[in-house]
Amino acid sequence: MASQQQDTGSTGAYLIRGASVLGGAAEDLLIRDGLIAARGEDLEADGATVIDGRGLIALPGMVDIHTHLREPGREDAETVETGTRAAALGGYTAVHAMANSTPVADTAGVVEQVLSLGRAAGWVDVRPVGAVTVGLAGEQLAELGAMADSRARVRVFSDDGVCVSDPVLMRRALEYVKAFDGVVAQHAQEPRLTAGAQMNEGVVSAVLGLTGWPAVAEESIIARDVLLAQHVGSRLHVCHVSTAGSVEIVRWAKSRGINVTAEVTPHHLWLTDELVRSYDPVYKVNPPLRTDADVQALRAALADGTIDVVGTDHAPHPSEHKECEWAQAAMGMTGLETALSVVQHTMIDTGLMDWAGFARVTSTTPAAIGRLADQGRPLEPGEPANVILVDPAARWTVDPSKMATMGRNSPFAGRELPGKVVATFFKGHPTVLNGELNTPYRWLPETADSEETAAAGRP
Amino acid sequence: MTSVPEAPVPAKVQLSRVVLNQADIDRALTRIAHEILESNKGSQDLVLLGIPRRGYPLAVRLAAKIAAADPSVDPAAIVGQLDVTMFRDDLSRQPTRPPYPTQLPRTGIDNKVVVLIDDVLYSGRTIRAALDAIIDLGRPRIVRLAVLIDRGHRELPIRADHVGKNLPTSSAEKVRVRLEETDSAADGPVNEVVIEATA
Amino acid sequence: MKHLLATEDLGYADAIRILDTAEEMAAVGDREVKKLPALRGRTVVNLFFEDSTRTRISFEAAAKRLSADVINFAAKGSSVSKGESLKDTAQTLAAMGADAVVIRHWASGAPHRLATTDWIDAAVINAGDGTHEHPTQALLDAFTMRRHWSKLAGTPSAGADLQGMRVAIAGDVLHSRVARSNVWLLRTLGAKVTLVAPPTLLPVGVEQWPCTISYDLDETLARGVDAIMMLRVQGERMNASFFPSTREYSRRWGFDDNRLRSLERLGLKDTIIMHPGPMNRGLEISSAAADSPRSTVLAQVRNGVSIRMAALYLLLSGDTREPATNSTKESH
Repeated sequence: MASQQQDTGSTGAYLIRGASVLGGAAEDLLIRDGLIAARGEDLEADGATVIDGRGLIALPGMVDIHTHLREPGREDAETVETGTRAAALGGYTAVHAMANSTPVADTAGVVEQVLSLGRAAGWVDVRPVGAVTVGLAGEQLAELGAMADSRARVRVFSDDGVCVSDPVLMRRALEYVKAFDGVVAQHAQEPRLTAGAQMNEGVVSAVLGLTGWPAVAEESIIARDVLLAQHVGSRLHVCHVSTAGSVEIVRWAKSRGINVTAEVTPHHLWLTDELVRSYDPVYKVNPPLRTDADVQALRAALADGTIDVVGTDHAPHPSEHKECEWAQAAMGMTGLETALSVVQHTMIDTGLMDWAGFARVTSTTPAAIGRLADQGRPLEPGEPANVILVDPAARWTVDPSKMATMGRNSPFAGRELPGKVVATFFKGHPTVLNGELNTPYRWLPETADSEETAAAGRP
Repeated sequence: MTSVPEAPVPAKVQLSRVVLNQADIDRALTRIAHEILESNKGSQDLVLLGIPRRGYPLAVRLAAKIAAADPSVDPAAIVGQLDVTMFRDDLSRQPTRPPYPTQLPRTGIDNKVVVLIDDVLYSGRTIRAALDAIIDLGRPRIVRLAVLIDRGHRELPIRADHVGKNLPTSSAEKVRVRLEETDSAADGPVNEVVIEATA
Repeated sequence: MKHLLATEDLGYADAIRILDTAEEMAAVGDREVKKLPALRGRTVVNLFFEDSTRTRISFEAAAKRLSADVINFAAKGSSVSKGESLKDTAQTLAAMGADAVVIRHWASGAPHRLATTDWIDAAVINAGDGTHEHPTQALLDAFTMRRHWSKLAGTPSAGADLQGMRVAIAGDVLHSRVARSNVWLLRTLGAKVTLVAPPTLLPVGVEQWPCTISYDLDETLARGVDAIMMLRVQGERMNASFFPSTREYSRRWGFDDNRLRSLERLGLKDTIIMHPGPMNRGLEISSAAADSPRSTVLAQVRNGVSIRMAALYLLLSGDTREPATNSTKESH
């Protein structure tokens, strides 16, 4: 376990002793002035706070491509402050905040507000996602360019929660974001095929008498969208792929050279619709939990690169939205604080993936999709010090009441999970130490060209 | 449904003694049959209602003996079964009991002389329930009570008109009546009455 | 068993116990005093989130014949429709000392929520939830079938099951809680079930159910059935393209006069016609069929009270305190 061997506040420099970098050989990492200053064996502490990294794995800070922080508008469910505390504890150094807030993040003003809230909190880099259409209404393009040019420099656009189902609108969005190297992240759900849908349509829904959400409603949209992306030569990201059929379509599209990336949530890598038999709405989520065959296909696809990234789709809800009838309950699950453990359990402990692969799907690739220059970088000297230390041998039991997120809707409540984040360094500053929140990073007061100077802010 | 748990067999050795054997039971029933005829001054309007489970076979046996004494009697026509489950005062203190059928003789019980038959008379609560059950079924002229064993310890002002054997017991003891009609010979001797005392 | 939520997990012994108890309860209806004191002092709440006068009065009659106190709570039009949650309603009933809650709800699984949360610890009886289950309806249907099947065999119905009986259930299976509950219970009791419906009105996944699927009612009748149960079909389904028109529906899947006559031609003289009610005469069943001597529609209603008495009695009469200290003392 990591232990502080010196007074933390004094230097802003940290020497991690003997951590396994990406699961490889044990090395030392020296963090100073927001950067990785050195990597190697037996580095000089030189006044730095020494952290014992033996038995721990050093990884690049995780980047969530899909987070709901709820603020502005639903501060009873989550705030940027609470959501990013959860993110830091979960090993994240950047999160993409989805646009379905109130008001919707469909203007430069709202995305800049979210950006500012994130910086004020200081736990991770909060990257606002812009809405594709005004008010998520699916009728008229939002001012994508204004959001791209804003201080938030939005590159990911999504109506997540709602599908951009109009094929013409989707085509235009894909074309338009090419102007600023943006990407459209599609929530693939054919609305007419899923009217009133409550759970995966199949054997279990037939027995439970809950309206089915058929796999074809996801797959048909993905098939259409990859063809549109090919046709207009744009970049498409598919949110929370949940079915074996979707995997096949994405695999086919990639084999044709179509510029598509795909995401899977931790819960779809593990849980199945059998859990719905309890009628406990903690298992209600969109897209719904599928079958074990889907789970296995998703794991294989993440391992072989067909699915590029893990996105949490962290969706906190106040308890009254889950303490009710299934049909009345809100869809969504929390995920930031359990993602690492669930991916370790489903992908690494099963032998499907190693820690280098973990870094690829949770950090490097999501940072690349979001065009985040200083995230998902190699752990090499000179790189920004977004680093986490993970104890893969730790085991812990999920207790939602002890989480930093305001949401208590974890489907993993009561389960024992492997792997625990011991420390999170965000821009060289430890936001998490000894598995507990430390202090937030303090951004410098913003200036006109704050992006670059802020990176060198006070550690 | 909560199923009735099997009575656990205590590890301790149980002291048990036979108080009535097959011949004793038969003699007692013969005597009761004659008492019933005598107190009723014949077989006129007689109806025997056995209380499940073991009161009913005793009622059938008694009817046969009455028919033997009075050939004008059709034994099947005077016997019925009266289930009292729904009328018990301890329903919420016991595991759920499914009810037994209630079957009255074709003649019904209105203006009849009904003799309730049970195997053991103890607290009197079963008979209290039986009286309530009868009243909901009709209006007999007289209700009498015949039991094979009266073991005392009454909790209600009820007494039997005809008793096979008065058996002073302690409430720690158990009186077990085992009949061939209701009890499996595989589990032990039938047609005898046994007192068991937990040591 | 503390609750009666579904027939899917109702075991054979419990099913037979309910049916046998209902036989005894049925006798009470023929007596001068149609009342038993078994549930005196117990409170049964009929909590209805969906209108169903038939089911509500059936449960009410059952509870009253067992001397329970009955509170009817029509959640429609009350504070519940003004946003009060199921949780608050349940906690209110718990505070009032309800011993059993008979719940009808438009949402599948709502009774499970009452039974599995700590909102209320009363016994929960599912009186129909969404498109999930309606266990007492299936039990009363099975009771009706068992009496018929035993009578044909010349044996007493008590203790019997439905081994070998051929039952066809025809109509809107997709939206039917009655069909689901019947499929599970009839399987448990040994009957052979065929579901007959347009493919649009069968759920995806139905092929895994313990029954045969057919799209052809005439063919199903020709293969021989001992009971044909017609399910209610809502005309509005036509608007969602489940079938082209009510006329086409009743021609292909309705039990019309031609099919009634065909029973004679097919030599099915003992086949009964069942319907859970309320009927759409002229849509899924013709008046001649509904009123024929084969129809058990009214017997089903009558048997409903007996089944619900049995369920209430078996759930409420037992010792509800902590597991008793092995005193199976009989008070003679």
